[in-house]
Amino acid sequence: MKMLEEARGKWVGSLNEVVIGATKQQGGTRTSTVTVGGEKTLPFLAYEGPTKNRPVVAMEIWDREPEDWPNSLMEALGDAVKSPAEWAKKCVEEFCAEMLCLHLMGTHPDFGNASPQSAAAVVKSVLAATGVPLIIWGCDHDETDNEVLPRCSEAAKGEKCLIGAVKEDNYKTLVSFCLADGHSLIGLSPIDINIAKQVNILVSEMGFPLDRMVMYPTTGALGYGLEYVYSIQERSRVAALGGDKMMSMPVICMVGQESWRTKEAKASAEEAAGWGDENTRGVFWEIATATALLQAGSDIMVMRHPAAMTAIKNVINKLVK
Amino acid sequence: MFVIGERINGMFTDIGNAIAARDKKPVQAMAEKQLTAGASALDINVGTRVPKADRPAVMKWLVEAVREVTDKCLSIDNPGLETMRQGVAEAAKGGLPVIINSTIGQQDQLEAFMALAKEFDAGIIGLSIDEKGVAASTDAKVEIGMRTIAAAMEAGVPVENVYLDPIVLPVNVNQTAPGIVIETISQLKMLSDPAPHVVVGLSNLSQGALERRLINRTFLVMAIAAGLDASIHDPLDDEMTDAMITAELLLNKTIYSDSFLKAYRQK
Repeated sequence: MKMLEEARGKWVGSLNEVVIGATKQQGGTRTSTVTVGGEKTLPFLAYEGPTKNRPVVAMEIWDREPEDWPNSLMEALGDAVKSPAEWAKKCVEEFCAEMLCLHLMGTHPDFGNASPQSAAAVVKSVLAATGVPLIIWGCDHDETDNEVLPRCSEAAKGEKCLIGAVKEDNYKTLVSFCLADGHSLIGLSPIDINIAKQVNILVSEMGFPLDRMVMYPTTGALGYGLEYVYSIQERSRVAALGGDKMMSMPVICMVGQESWRTKEAKASAEEAAGWGDENTRGVFWEIATATALLQAGSDIMVMRHPAAMTAIKNVINKLVK
Repeated sequence: MFVIGERINGMFTDIGNAIAARDKKPVQAMAEKQLTAGASALDINVGTRVPKADRPAVMKWLVEAVREVTDKCLSIDNPGLETMRQGVAEAAKGGLPVIINSTIGQQDQLEAFMALAKEFDAGIIGLSIDEKGVAASTDAKVEIGMRTIAAAMEAGVPVENVYLDPIVLPVNVNQTAPGIVIETISQLKMLSDPAPHVVVGLSNLSQGALERRLINRTFLVMAIAAGLDASIHDPLDDEMTDAMITAELLLNKTIYSDSFLKAYRQK
């Protein structure tokens, strides 16, 4: 029987490779580093080319104990959430996380208003407790981030962290500090490919190297704009492969944050009878969201539930095999 | 757009003088200026001041000079096969990209130049000219285009390496020609799958006219809309580059951003 010819894409561009984390030899204290990007094809099309660096999962931890996370998530994480360093340690030692994303929610004026100094101390404690590369994420309140993140950048100098997020109208402060302290940067755009590109242009105009930038095109969970997010990420990947240097940055997705804010993940058995076991519902929501986004072209998945992370690591391993 | 910078050509006084004096510096400076302005490739033409017998050696010298400053694609611009071979062999050293500019559609010429393209894995520009001269009608231009693609296939040159040039003539000599070229471009793009590239030597359009730059950039935009994907022109003409970038943006070939003009130049 005559087989159909494989429809292979022909691409001229590739994603930039970004290295996160620095070992002792590289001027930091990490015991491992993570490299993302470098792809020359749409995701997981092995017949077009190999996946240069497989997508990586970072576990999200907070600088303060979360108050409104559902039981199924809190039970899986246990008491460790009371201390960022313990939480970090548990993620790495027990859940085998390859990377951590420290979300400084406690610095938000409405959510603890922790000082820049205390945030920097948390960063140091997490770096001391674990050896994996670190993502440091502000509280998405521009004024606060501009005070907090520079102190965190200094505190982590030389560790080659990934710090975010800069936006179209708020980028100069953080770009300067990350440039000076050797970190990489996350550029945020509100599900808008044109703004994503603009942020990249603005940041690179300040002399920031393209191979130290990651895009956060904003994530939507299953049932909450996932299709739109998918199409934006896919278009951005196609542009990168077509040679658009200002769209060639790897992509980070806040999968856990978006999945666990859906009512399907949060609702208790009493609130939503007939929706299935509340202990697995949220995990499945996080897995389904992450699986779809992997296919859209995602390089760093920030996730919350250890079981969901393990499942996605298995998915990645099977897809890349 | 694949922009082939036209400025390294002995017909320009600065480059002509540099060639006559065998002075590499002005040539290399012009190469770098064009690449910085966004050129994807550089045209290399020794010009007509060099005696015919000397052209192969001068072409070799000129290519060597440019190769000292760039690994980018060079378009070797000469009608004679011997000079072409010298230039292509020198430019392709180390497997670097090169384009043969150009062959006409006369069968014996096509065969000889296609063999050269195959030998050096080079791109090749095929003009809408044959033994009868410049093809005037769309049909005649497309017919030569078909012949060129057939010759490429015969020689084992992939269609992706073929650039068809429908030939633009000065608008002040023949005012119907530009419209015919536009019509031809869209038909050439349908000749094969994958489609051949279509290229024009843009500046010829405005030879002898006033408002040269306006005429050139207006036509470039029209031609891009018809499917043009390569052009030999002066990349140092910023208004032309802006118009070209904007045309590609409006055709959804690039992603919009507020700084889209800068984005092109930052690549």
